[in-house]
Amino acid sequence: MDIVVEHLTKRYGPQKAVDNVSFRVKAGEVLGFLGPNGAGKTTTMKAISCYIKPEEGDILVGGYSIHEHPEMIKKNIGYLPENNPLYQEMNIIDFLEFIAKIHSVPKYLIPERILDMVRTCGLEGEKHKLIGELSKGYQQRVGLAQALIHDPEILILDEPTTGLDPNQIVEIRELIKRIGKEKTVILSSHILAEVEATCDRILIINNGRIVVDGTAEELRKQAAGNEILKVGIQGGEVKDIFDLLFQIETIESVDFIDVDKNLFEIQSKPDSSSVKSIFDTCVKNDLYISELTPTETKLEDIFRELTLH
Amino acid sequence: MKQILHIALRELNTFFDSLTAYVLILIFLGFSGFFTWIYGADIFFVGQANLNTFFTVAYWSLFVFIPVLTMKSIAGELKAGTLELLLTKPVSDWHLILGKFLSTFFLIVIALAPTVLYYFTLWAIGPVDHSAILLGYIGLLLMSMVYISIGILTSCIASNPIIASLSALSIGIFFHIIFDVLASNFVGFFGGFFSYLSLSTHFESITRGVVDTKDLIYFFSISFFCLFCSKTILSNRNL
Repeated sequence: MDIVVEHLTKRYGPQKAVDNVSFRVKAGEVLGFLGPNGAGKTTTMKAISCYIKPEEGDILVGGYSIHEHPEMIKKNIGYLPENNPLYQEMNIIDFLEFIAKIHSVPKYLIPERILDMVRTCGLEGEKHKLIGELSKGYQQRVGLAQALIHDPEILILDEPTTGLDPNQIVEIRELIKRIGKEKTVILSSHILAEVEATCDRILIINNGRIVVDGTAEELRKQAAGNEILKVGIQGGEVKDIFDLLFQIETIESVDFIDVDKNLFEIQSKPDSSSVKSIFDTCVKNDLYISELTPTETKLEDIFRELTLH
Repeated sequence: MKQILHIALRELNTFFDSLTAYVLILIFLGFSGFFTWIYGADIFFVGQANLNTFFTVAYWSLFVFIPVLTMKSIAGELKAGTLELLLTKPVSDWHLILGKFLSTFFLIVIALAPTVLYYFTLWAIGPVDHSAILLGYIGLLLMSMVYISIGILTSCIASNPIIASLSALSIGIFFHIIFDVLASNFVGFFGGFFSYLSLSTHFESITRGVVDTKDLIYFFSISFFCLFCSKTILSNRNL
């Protein structure tokens, strides 16, 4: 099922939480929704899952509009809300049964689905406990289980890995990847590594507007400017090495990282590489290279650059 | 349709799990039993084999209990965030409101059920007007309907359960007492108007054994109006 968001605008008082946002998610795609706090991620997700009505714009899920057929959309969506609200006083099995019934899962299938979810989400050891007695990580798993119990076409997960320990995070990511092969998944996060690890496409949203839409690769390419190298050169005085480096044509700037260890940060001119000339210079002057590392532009930096303004 | 029942039954289970239901039933039965059989102008002083004493006690105690039961219906879900969980499932606003309504209504029915024993006891003692007792129960259920609807409405408006219950109680007082008092202070159009609005007028006419469609319309229209307003408020949420 495709999701088409068209000119979505949602106001809270005078403030626009989401401002004219449009994007498409194709069936079988895993979309990562990134943005700083208060950027409008949750609002957009709430609108897709028909919890709030936007003032302007429309969202079509599998051809159904949220304004006209919310019931049809809700049937096909599994939604994990941001703070993972659950009925604390219910036990896990009863709760999952209730959710399955609400979703009109056929009665004979319910026990099977519950068992399946308990297994998939790793709840076996805890299944007879009250939800209120579970740790946050386990509650998060119950949240995932309730979102998946009716085998939805679309999964919307608002920060699915908050509160999980590193092992659980890896497990949940694997789970999302596995589900993402056949279903449409939208997940939000502010952990970039997570989005990069699980998503086919990244959407960065800031102040209610989309600032970037593309794959992690495209993002990197877009932000990758000049070549930056971290170079360590030994066998001479720091000052002489510095002067020699400066004479290389392709080098734009040289910075010290560590004077004692003769470490430099070298930025090349646009569209050129200085690796060979550095090597040649060192050979000519009887110096040797102790370290040479290309610095890759981190997604974090791109994120900061895009969302800080 | 099934959704309404699922929501209602889940809610009813919560009433029992949280002991609210047991406490309520215990207090209700204790109260009504005490005043019906033991204390004051009890059933033996009436001189007739009827349950009017019990109906009066129940009429007052339900008036006080119902706002406590309904106060968390919507406000509690909103506070816990579970409203988001429910309304993103294939559940419409009407399903939710009616589910909440039914759950409290079922609980009232369960609380009233053991008092059928009073009826059998009375039957053993003297000649009972069976239809009057049946109508008494119907009157209590109709009245509960009205107060549950008012309680759900205030629970939709106030986000704090305590405020919801207190406002339900204060709106209830109008229907329970104040309209009646006003009716006796006015004549002509206003007198009739307030008398029609007063719940006790309709309750008494039903327990007296007169079922007028006017009374039924009264109970059903107030309930529907309150539930409709609740639904409208819920639909216009800006969360």
